[in-house]
Amino acid sequence: MGAWQSYRLRLRRQRWRARAWRKRRELTPVTDRTDAIRRGDILVLSTFRNENVRLPWFLRHYRDLGVQHFLMVDNGSDDGGAEYLSTQPDVSLWRTEAGYKRARFGVDWLNHLASRHGHGHWCLTVDPDEILIYPFCDTRPLRALTDWLDASSIRSFSAMLLDMYPKGPMGAQPYRRGSDPLEVAQWFDSGNYVIERNSRFGNLWIQGGPRARAFFADRPERAPALNKIPLVKWDRRYVYESSTHMLLPRGLNLVYDEWGGEKASGLLLHFKFLDTFSGKAEEELERRQHYGASREYLAYARRMEADPDLWCKWSERYINWRQLEILGLMSKGNWA
Amino acid sequence: MTAARGTLGVVMLVHTALGRAEQTIRHWVAGGCPVVVHVDRPVDDATFRAFRASLADLPQVSFSPRFRCEWGTWGIVAATQAAAEQMLAAHSQVRHVYLASGSCLPLRPVAELTAWLAARPETDFIESATTADVPWTVGGLSEERFTLRFPFSWKTRRRAFDWYVGFQRRWGLRRRIPPGVVPHMGSQWWCLTRATLEAILRSPDRPAHDRYFRRVWIPDESYFQSLARLHSRRIESRSLTLAKFDFQGKPHIFYDDHLQLLRRSDCFVARKIWPHADRLYDAFLTAETGTPALADPNPGKIDRLFAKAVERRTRGRPGLYMQSRFPNRDWENGLTSSRYSVFEGFAELFDDFESWLARATGTRVHGHLFAPGRVEFEGRQSVFTGALTDDARLRDRDRWMFLTNLLWNTRGERQCFQFGPGDALPRAAAPGGPRGAAQPEAGALRATSTQAEFSWRLARDPNAEIFVISGAWAIPLFRSGGGFAELRRQAARLQSIEADHLGILRSPHAKARVRIWTMADFVDAPMEGLQAVVDEMGHGIWRRLAEVPRMADLDGFGQFLQNLKNQGMHPYLMGDFPAGPAPVRRPPAKRKPYLVR
Repeated sequence: MGAWQSYRLRLRRQRWRARAWRKRRELTPVTDRTDAIRRGDILVLSTFRNENVRLPWFLRHYRDLGVQHFLMVDNGSDDGGAEYLSTQPDVSLWRTEAGYKRARFGVDWLNHLASRHGHGHWCLTVDPDEILIYPFCDTRPLRALTDWLDASSIRSFSAMLLDMYPKGPMGAQPYRRGSDPLEVAQWFDSGNYVIERNSRFGNLWIQGGPRARAFFADRPERAPALNKIPLVKWDRRYVYESSTHMLLPRGLNLVYDEWGGEKASGLLLHFKFLDTFSGKAEEELERRQHYGASREYLAYARRMEADPDLWCKWSERYINWRQLEILGLMSKGNWA
Repeated sequence: MTAARGTLGVVMLVHTALGRAEQTIRHWVAGGCPVVVHVDRPVDDATFRAFRASLADLPQVSFSPRFRCEWGTWGIVAATQAAAEQMLAAHSQVRHVYLASGSCLPLRPVAELTAWLAARPETDFIESATTADVPWTVGGLSEERFTLRFPFSWKTRRRAFDWYVGFQRRWGLRRRIPPGVVPHMGSQWWCLTRATLEAILRSPDRPAHDRYFRRVWIPDESYFQSLARLHSRRIESRSLTLAKFDFQGKPHIFYDDHLQLLRRSDCFVARKIWPHADRLYDAFLTAETGTPALADPNPGKIDRLFAKAVERRTRGRPGLYMQSRFPNRDWENGLTSSRYSVFEGFAELFDDFESWLARATGTRVHGHLFAPGRVEFEGRQSVFTGALTDDARLRDRDRWMFLTNLLWNTRGERQCFQFGPGDALPRAAAPGGPRGAAQPEAGALRATSTQAEFSWRLARDPNAEIFVISGAWAIPLFRSGGGFAELRRQAARLQSIEADHLGILRSPHAKARVRIWTMADFVDAPMEGLQAVVDEMGHGIWRRLAEVPRMADLDGFGQFLQNLKNQGMHPYLMGDFPAGPAPVRRPPAKRKPYLVR
């Protein structure tokens, strides 16, 4: 990596920072409780639209892990989710009607909030349908992990998206607000992921799983990226480059070991495929605010009419994080 | 239990989590131990005063002069010296002094430790080994710790530190080790007898020793460890504090879920404990009951647990490619997770080779996994373990990852598959690559998608066992009976692909176990070939083959090859096949399995 390349990435990072600064005007505070953030608190950052049905479980899961404050951006919801959030004591809420796409799929907003409130904190940037699993998450709070990362001088933590789906058609089992989505969607693909290295940003690019299998078999290289780095000891100089797939400076993307060993990593259980999915897909297709000309949603819409059962004979049923560790989807690394 | 109370004194070095330290101090005191506390200099005065006030009700607790204890520097030793002197002066009944930190947790009742030490009144427990004999050092400095000078902090002034080390190496600058001292190293946490400690602290040579160790790197792991060797009557080179270090030399941390493990270890003290591990503190700092046990510490299980963690971090699981393990070339520590066998030309030569091989070896036998149309999983299932599908486009996204996934998903079960030049990707249309849409500016992304690259990976993999009957790709052409011009074109293509492939398999860099027959040789003695295959797979050692697969009807094959030659395309990979009307040797009754007795 030459000096020229480094310089260009640096410019790029500055550009995203400036852009995040500009986009701050699109955010209107609804309830600002950021005064309550104390030194060393772990923060969750998230942007959402019409996710009321998922929010209670989302808050509950991350509160149980020991997250102290939620920084949420409501992108034009009209389902009462924002009202619910503004009553929660540990949530700061902003609202925007601006385009999701124009804010680089929400990244600009969250980059701004992170640089404003996240400096020096461990920041977890997740969508409302993403549930973080990490080694020992059943016995150790998130603070144990971040303390260990601090002690090991590790600044960022990888958690690949693991798409969860129900057995049978997606609409068959309704998801009840506030319940554990694992009761409905407990199946996943254990071993059909494809990995490449991105030499420019240094991150891995992972594709596969049920979405590649069921929706992108004809164009597998267009399947959605699953690599994510959601947990970062934030510094105001950092920016997310594209969703939470990669960051700048690029050293933050080196969450994998290149010399044969395993670094510690977790997973984001991704509950996209609940009974709410087909409605969501239609709505998003209408709005055309998603990545790559909403190609993903086009592919879904095509398949959804036919046979929306993602389950197959070799699907694995979720048990616990140890199972995911043994399957090689995540790793304890040297955390024991 | 006859041990008198107060014969064990505890020197405790504290820098963070003062609340936990207070809890532990109270536990020591309740067990009858006087405690001298050293609080790190950087702790601000208000915090320090509050801490001292919180312990004011305990007369057995005193505070020693404060030093700045930066990692790897002299301050830690100076603090220990001062605190130990204070302990010896103020508590004349103390026979043993235990050095502990604020994040150390006593696992067994204090009475057990005092009794255990009382039974060993003259023994010093200090891990102490010469540098030449241990592999502990991190960062490449072992003996040089004692012969170079280290005025710069490693933590905060790394560059100056490295530069000065290099400078001294270049100019051959070395320090003189004080006479009589043999450098030893070991765990910072020790338990010394009053006699040894007094001898060290009151030695007339102490100014010289202190001056020397002041500039040694990480003196807290060598000062007492070296000097105890001069004065001790009896050293047991081990630390009574269970402290495990990971591959970067930082201590492993104990959490609530280690409770049972710590209980069963029978160790006296463990570090480091996560300050928020409430269950551990609650469990181990409760009131003591029952008669103390005298078991020896036995940290074997914990040792294994942490050794495994280090192994996982440095070597990983062979053949696993995932989000946090993506090794560079030649650093894979196992390209694939388990052994597998590749058969080239067998399914072409024998009509029922797959089912025969599955019966003869009891392994999982797939068809052509890399066939152009679809993945030919065993039994032509449409989905296989790990939810790999038979879709050729998904597979061709990255063929090597497809194979490593398959092998990883079927760990513990031997996989076999057919392969051949017909499975090669069309050269022009290798899929994958930088046109990926999910990350449009993805830079130089590259999948293992060319045929040569795939062949190379197979050849480099010691887990691969490759059996080739070269030239057998011609049999399907011969049997297809298509237009001859087209057959000739295809034969030329397949032959060139296979020639490249064989060249790679025969390379001196190949690590796979490769066995290549020409088709002519194999047809000449098919039994020997098949027996060799089964033997090498490790299944036929004790028995001869009871059954062989049915060979394709090769009547006219020699003539077919001759026709190709006549068209100017020389098929040479099958060896010397007679051009005559009939092949050399054929099964007596064709299209029927035969038995060998």
